[in-house]
Amino acid sequence: MSQHMNGGQALIKSLELEGVETIFGLPGGAILPVYDPIIDSPIRHILVRHEQGAGHMAEGFAQATGRPGVAMVTSGPGATNIVTPLCDAYMDSIPMVVITGQVPYPAIGTDAFQECDTTGITLPVTKHNFLISDAQDIPRIVREAFHIATTGRPGPVLVDVPKDIVDPKNPRSAMEWYWPESVDLPGYHPLTGGDASEIRNAAELILRAERPVIYAGGGILKARAADALRELAELCDVHVVTTLMARGAFPDEHPLALGMPGMHGNYTAVTSLQRSDLLIALGSRFDDRVTGRVPDFAPDAKIIHVDIDPAELGKVRRPDVGVAGDARLVIEEMVSAVRALMESGSTFPDRSAWKSQISGWQERYPLTYQQSEAGDALKPQFVLETLRDSTPDDCIVASGVGQHQMWASQYWKFNHPYTFVNSGGLGTMGFSVPAAIGAKVGRPDRMVWAVDGDGCFQMTAQELVTAASERIPVKVAILNNAYLGMVRQWQEMFYEERYSEVYLSPDLPDYKMWAEAMGCIGMRVESPEEVLPAIEKANEIDDRPVVIEFRTDSSEKVYPMVAAGSSNDDIIVDPSQGEGGR
Amino acid sequence: MGTGPGKHHILTVLVENKPGVLTRVAGLFARRGYNIFSLAVAPTEDDRFSRITVVVDVESAPLEQIIKQLDKLINVVKIDELAPGEAVERELLLVTVAASPEVRGQVIELVGVFEGRILSVGWDQVAVALEGHPEKLDDFEELVANYGIVSLQRSGRVALPKLERRNAVVAE
Repeated sequence: MSQHMNGGQALIKSLELEGVETIFGLPGGAILPVYDPIIDSPIRHILVRHEQGAGHMAEGFAQATGRPGVAMVTSGPGATNIVTPLCDAYMDSIPMVVITGQVPYPAIGTDAFQECDTTGITLPVTKHNFLISDAQDIPRIVREAFHIATTGRPGPVLVDVPKDIVDPKNPRSAMEWYWPESVDLPGYHPLTGGDASEIRNAAELILRAERPVIYAGGGILKARAADALRELAELCDVHVVTTLMARGAFPDEHPLALGMPGMHGNYTAVTSLQRSDLLIALGSRFDDRVTGRVPDFAPDAKIIHVDIDPAELGKVRRPDVGVAGDARLVIEEMVSAVRALMESGSTFPDRSAWKSQISGWQERYPLTYQQSEAGDALKPQFVLETLRDSTPDDCIVASGVGQHQMWASQYWKFNHPYTFVNSGGLGTMGFSVPAAIGAKVGRPDRMVWAVDGDGCFQMTAQELVTAASERIPVKVAILNNAYLGMVRQWQEMFYEERYSEVYLSPDLPDYKMWAEAMGCIGMRVESPEEVLPAIEKANEIDDRPVVIEFRTDSSEKVYPMVAAGSSNDDIIVDPSQGEGGR
Repeated sequence: MGTGPGKHHILTVLVENKPGVLTRVAGLFARRGYNIFSLAVAPTEDDRFSRITVVVDVESAPLEQIIKQLDKLINVVKIDELAPGEAVERELLLVTVAASPEVRGQVIELVGVFEGRILSVGWDQVAVALEGHPEKLDDFEELVANYGIVSLQRSGRVALPKLERRNAVVAE
C-alpha cells in the first residue's frame, strides 16, 4: 500500500522511524520545507542561536546517551557553521547525523544565494556524506546515514537535501513512501568480534606480563564495554589508565585505577605506561597527547591493540598482537581466553614489585596544588574539588578546552561511564555550554555541570539563551582567570613569559550580568568561603540555567606536563614535588 | 621519469559508481600525504561499479595504512594490491613527434619496431599511438625524444591480476 508524500514529510517520518526524539537546529531558506512537517511531528526541535551550537548539542547528547545526535541547519552559512562540530565528532568518533538544506538541485553549481559545496567541504570531516538528488531516495539514505553513523567506528554523517525535492510546491518533491527493511552498502562491513587466535595470543601475553597496564580509550565507551573492561582488569589484576576520552570508562575510585595519562596526565599514569612491559590498548589510538615523543613511548612494552578500526592498528605503533573488532566483544572473548588458560594451569608471574613501584609513585607524586592564602584569588583546583564533592556521583560534567578541561579531568572522580563530555581530538574551545545542553536534553534525570573557561565561554555563551527559553536547567562554572590560560601557560614556560594576545580581562564582559541577560541565574564568587554556598544554591535551581563565575588565580598552571614533542620520561611535575622525571 | 617496479605499487580499487567517488579517493590520498603516480578510472562490466587503478609511490608500511584508510571509504568495495610481476599492466601513449621530411622515415620505422600506429602525418610532425606495458612506453618515449616531442599524453596504467598459468589463455 503506497502512500503519496512530499520529500519533507518523508524526511521527518524517516527520522521518527530512526527513533529520533530531538533535533537541534535552526531553519533558513533552503531547509524551510522540512521545517513545516516538524510542526506535526512528535520530534522535539530545539531552536539554537548559532548552528555551531546545534552541532555541539548533538554531540553532547550522543556522548551522554550513546544514541546518535541529530542537527538540522540550512544551506550555505548554516552548513559552514556546523563544520567545526562535524570535525569534532569525526575526531572523537561521535555518532551524529546532520541534515543540511541545499539550493534546488538544478541551481547547484550556479553560485546561487546561500549555496556552498557542503558535501565537498565536509568530505574530510565526516565518516560519510550524501547529496540526495531524488525525493524517492530520502528514506533509504536516511536509513543508511544512521546505520553508518552508529555502527563500526561511530562518526558524523551529513545528508545534504536540495530544496526542490522537499518543497511540496515543486513536483520533484513527490514520492511514494516506503521504509527499507535493511541497508545495502556493498563497501561497508563494520567489524564485530575479533580473530580468535589473536585473542588467544593476547591472553598468553597477559599471562606472561610482569608489568602490564591497560590503556583504555574512548572506544570502551563507544562499545559500551565498561563492564567488560572492569571484568578483564579484575580478573588479570591489571592497572588501568583512562585517556581523556575514556574518563569514566573505569571507576576512578577502583583500586586498579590510575587515572589519566598523557600531556597533563598524573605522574603514575604516565610513568606506568613508560615502564610497562605490556600495554593492553583497548579502543585507544596512540594519540600524540598520550604518547609524547613516539619513539620514546613505553619503550620496553609489547603491545596488544584492540580497535574496531583496522586502520588504527599499526598507524602509530606496530602492535605485537592486533585485534580488529568491537571492544566489548573482544574483551569478553579475551576474558574467556584468560580464564581458559588459568583453568589449564597458567598463573600470573609475581607482580608485587611492580605494584609497589606503582603505589610508590602514587605516594610520591600525587596531584597537588598550593591552597591560596587569605585574600588571594581562588585556586581553580579548589573550585573543582568543591564542585566535585557537592554534586551527585553520576553528575555529568561537560568541559571546554584548555586548562579548566585538564583540571576537570584530573580532579574529578569519574565513577560512571558517560559522565565526562568533552572535546578531545579537535580541542574545540566553546564546546562545553552547548554540549552540556545536549547532554541535559538526553539525560534530563541527571545533574549536568559545564566546566568552562572565560575564553571558551565567550565563544558559544549565546546558547544559554536557547537553554533558558527551552527550560534546560544546565549549570555553568566559569573558571575566570582573565586569560586564554593554556596559551598563557605555554608562553610562560616556553616563550620566556612573553605574553602575546592572551589577556582577556576579568570583568569585561560582566559574566553575572551577561548570564542574567540571557535568562539565567548569575553569580560571582571571589573568595573560598563563597564557593560551596554558591554551588549549593545552584544545585537547588532546576527551572533555568545557572552560571557561576569563579574569579581564579591566573598564574596557576596545569601540572604535571609533558612538553609537546618531548618524551613522557621528561614529565614536569608540580614545582613543590621537585624534579620528578626519570 | 621511469615507471619501473621500484617503490611503485599498483592498487586496483573497485568503487561504487556514484557521484563524487573519485573526489573521495583522491582527497584521501591528498590529506594523508600520499602521492598518486598515475590514475585511471573507468566503468567495469557491472555498471554499478567502476575500477580505479592507482599507482602509488610509497614504502610498504604507509601502503598498508593507505589501503586500510581507502577501505574505510563507504563507496570503496574492494581493494587489490598488485605486486609487479603478479599483474598484467597496460597503458596507452599518444605522442606528436617532430619529424621533418628528412627523419620522418626513421620515426615511422621506430613506430613499426614498437608496434605502434601512425595516427596522422603532417608536414613536419607525426602523431603516434602506442599501447603496451608501461616500461615499453618509457623506452619508446626516450627514443622519440631524440627527434623532439611536441606533445605527449599517457593514460596512466590499468592492471588486472595475472592468471594462474593453467588458466592463462593469452600469454603476457
